[in-house]
Amino acid sequence: MLKRIKRRYLALAVDSAGVFDSREFMDAVWGAVGKLYGEYGASKSRLTMIDYDAEQGFAVIRVSLVAVDMVRAALASMTRIGNKPVAVHVASVSGTIKALYDKTKR
Amino acid sequence: MRRLYADLHLCPNLNDPKHVSALISKASELGYRLIAIPLPPHCADQEIKRIQELCSEAKMDFVSRVDLKPRTPNELLSNLRRIRRKFEIVSVLCDSKNVSRQAAKDRRVDLLNFPLTDFHNRFFDMAEAELASNSVAVLEIDMKPLLTLEGPMRIRLLSALRKEAGIAEGFHLPIVLSSGASNEMLLRKPIEVAALSLLFDLSKGSALGAVSKNPITMVKRNREKLSPRFVAPGIRVVRRGKDC
Repeated sequence: MLKRIKRRYLALAVDSAGVFDSREFMDAVWGAVGKLYGEYGASKSRLTMIDYDAEQGFAVIRVSLVAVDMVRAALASMTRIGNKPVAVHVASVSGTIKALYDKTKR
Repeated sequence: MRRLYADLHLCPNLNDPKHVSALISKASELGYRLIAIPLPPHCADQEIKRIQELCSEAKMDFVSRVDLKPRTPNELLSNLRRIRRKFEIVSVLCDSKNVSRQAAKDRRVDLLNFPLTDFHNRFFDMAEAELASNSVAVLEIDMKPLLTLEGPMRIRLLSALRKEAGIAEGFHLPIVLSSGASNEMLLRKPIEVAALSLLFDLSKGSALGAVSKNPITMVKRNREKLSPRFVAPGIRVVRRGKDC
């Protein structure tokens, strides 16, 4: 039987003076994962954008459970999006979207 | 019990009080409860008090630290004689082999710091680790270059750090992970610093220890040594008086 892939949802706080659209942000995340782990490593992360609020600097992404630390390191290594300085912090990690929103109280 | 996290290397511009305050607030927001800021060797007590107040406002503990950059072992010894009792943490930037060896075997040195981008001047090898493990020195790794470097330089840095972290673990030499951040954008949460250290193959337990247990143990030990009650390791004055 096919093994079910376990996932985790990550709530992210985007700390920057600039505002980015979801595509710019996600490209930067993919870029950071690709830079650190290469295309093969990035493909294992199963990274997907779930929610993004540019004004609040809040994002929710879904990743494979085995890649949580990998993605956390890649997010921590992000220092710029375009020419604007940025720091992305993982605010919370959860197994379901509902629990994640409960944790972040949005 | 909740872990307490420490960042022993925040580098704000000390001439700009707003910058110092902003960096301290950010560190507190990210979950640190103990921070150290390198101060000049001839720093006035008022300056230390001012930073202590800022830290207590942010509900954090402040540790005074000095970074020494001696050119010769003799210069290191004379600096240590002068300033050891003035600061809670003494870090030595080892950019020559002689200085590295002297710093590793001297029990007054707390942190061994190596130039992170000058790969020819990194003298952390097995001999250095063995000397350091017999004293009380700890290997400090700054995260700032990992964030700011790109491409081949970052690859070389990761390779050097992987080798050094392996040697340190082999000799049971504690590692301290610090940010080395000079602005708020380069500060990361402790758990993110630990995740970054997985890039140079530090285990998760060791990585978390390097941002919590190791720095806090070092600060506790030094504070005990600097207290007027300290006599020798394990011996302290409990009570003074004529009937003792």
